[in-house]
Amino acid sequence: MPSFLLEQFINGLTQGSVYALLALGFTLIFGTLRMVTFAHGEVYMIGAYVGFEIIRLLHPSFPLALAAALAATALLGIVVELLAFHFLRNAPHATSLLVTIGISILLVNLAQKIWGPETQAIPFGTLDRLGDFEIEIAGVYITFLQIAVLGVTVLLMLALYFVINRTRLGMVIRATAQDYEAAYAMGVNVNVIYMAAFAMGSMLGGVAGVLVGVYYNMFYPTMGGLYGLKAFSASVVGGLTSLPGAVVAGLLIGLVETFSVEFGASNFRHVFSFVFMILILLLRPGGLFGGKEMAHTRGD
Amino acid sequence: MSFVKSVLAHSPVLLIIAIFAGVPPFFTNMYHLQVLVFIGIYAILALSLNLLNGYVGLLSIGHAAFYAIGAYASAKLSIELGLPWVLALAGAGAVSGLFGYLIAKPTLRLSGIYLTLVTLGFNMILFLVLQNWMSFTNGPLGIMDIPPPSLFGCVVSSRLQYYYLILALVLATVFSMHRLMTCRFGRALTAIRENELAAEATGVNTTRYKVQAFVLSAFYAGIAGSFYAHFVKYISPDSFTINESFILLAMLAFGGQGNLIGPVVGAAALILIPEIFRPLQEYRMFVYGGVLIVMMLVRRQGLLGGRSFRLRLTRFDPAPAGVYARGDKFLPEG
Repeated sequence: MPSFLLEQFINGLTQGSVYALLALGFTLIFGTLRMVTFAHGEVYMIGAYVGFEIIRLLHPSFPLALAAALAATALLGIVVELLAFHFLRNAPHATSLLVTIGISILLVNLAQKIWGPETQAIPFGTLDRLGDFEIEIAGVYITFLQIAVLGVTVLLMLALYFVINRTRLGMVIRATAQDYEAAYAMGVNVNVIYMAAFAMGSMLGGVAGVLVGVYYNMFYPTMGGLYGLKAFSASVVGGLTSLPGAVVAGLLIGLVETFSVEFGASNFRHVFSFVFMILILLLRPGGLFGGKEMAHTRGD
Repeated sequence: MSFVKSVLAHSPVLLIIAIFAGVPPFFTNMYHLQVLVFIGIYAILALSLNLLNGYVGLLSIGHAAFYAIGAYASAKLSIELGLPWVLALAGAGAVSGLFGYLIAKPTLRLSGIYLTLVTLGFNMILFLVLQNWMSFTNGPLGIMDIPPPSLFGCVVSSRLQYYYLILALVLATVFSMHRLMTCRFGRALTAIRENELAAEATGVNTTRYKVQAFVLSAFYAGIAGSFYAHFVKYISPDSFTINESFILLAMLAFGGQGNLIGPVVGAAALILIPEIFRPLQEYRMFVYGGVLIVMMLVRRQGLLGGRSFRLRLTRFDPAPAGVYARGDKFLPEG
């Protein structure tokens, strides 16, 4: 493969891994609560801004920014869960959906009031100290940031896999996802589990926000809108309840978008994810892998 | 005598129409008329969304797509083909309805949340296509110089004339919807909302009715879009973002759905609130977001939702005997 195509492949993988992170958040939330949230893109945006402020004001370090974004978005996720789902447990699905739409409108406009509507960027000097340099491996140029994005994403996916499949919390989440009434009867505090799943999903979103923000060095209030919806369609393509499905679909959409630019369809690159989503819904509503439940990720 | 009785029976409706027709000519400020015209546009949109969300219980969160199709279709028909306004209006409704059919036919097999996702995806795709298909939609620059509507040879130009035009359209929407919702069609829709399985069991072809409702809803939204295009005379994709769909949802959430008064009140309130409280203008979207959250948490059915209103004074009803004879005396009126 020519090194140029390989570079594009890595670009697409980077882009896709961020979609995958966001889609994982959606899937975790939908898999557990059986409810869709539309505030996820905005949680991602807030995470990005928190990371931005940490890097700009406090200290230009990736791990610190990620940690701050994790904490902030976990908190935000709990607030969203409380407002949109906890108090509306017995309400029709549409009610919660509308509340999350309301929250997303509020968060976008709040960010506009705080940071202004214009695009913000980390000054170049600071960015350099983050490690914005290129590495050449066998004629292929990879930036350090790409490695960081891919590395953090893989790390988080492994962590999520570990938490879901190997810990008690994960077991309880899977039980709740499978049958919350049975889990409740077994003494699981379902409300806390919902909140935990929501916080975890939001944290994945927040990390994705920091990664994308630093990678493109662009922070703006509406950055969550299109990204969130695209990741959402990745989650649908993956089957809405399947964590591996979300990852594969996210990567796929990232790759397709990057290569579509290559093959002269750059104007319509944002359309693909939504077309995929509608096609999947029409042809295979269970998702790419036929709707494997989140609870079955271990293959049992 | 029966004519007088009929007039008396409908007097509340006639009074409302008289107020809306009689008061605005005394407005001296053109801006106020403009706000009224926009209330009219959004009233039609909210009513059309209400047909789906309120009556059938299908949650569409991408309704601005049909609004956009109506606007672009009308602009294209009148500029490129030179069609007169009335035909462009009807054509806009028809094209929008056709898209509604194309979306609804394959997706209505899906249930609940999946249908909602398709409407969202459709809205996003349409917006991106409008923005990027330069040769047809002129992209983000939009379409300019859309001719004003003309009826029977006279061109609608002043704000007041536009106001009367939209008033007529709103009334036509309300009355046609009232007729639809009180006949077999409307009852079938309500039955689907209340219990789809039971409706199916009693012989209601639920899929067919849902598709029909979707097409109708898209049609009305297309009409609103057409009027918008000819009123503002300039359309660009920015007027039809997903935010617009969310604003419509906020209007329904505020005014209430499932009847014909709630959506109109919701549209009027959510346009008037930022206009009346000028300092709020900057926080317009905060109002919409806040309304969605607060209404859902505090009063889920909206201000006037979840019940039907009777604007007819049945005391003067000319032929109650006929109604009873038909056996639908227990049915809600509106």
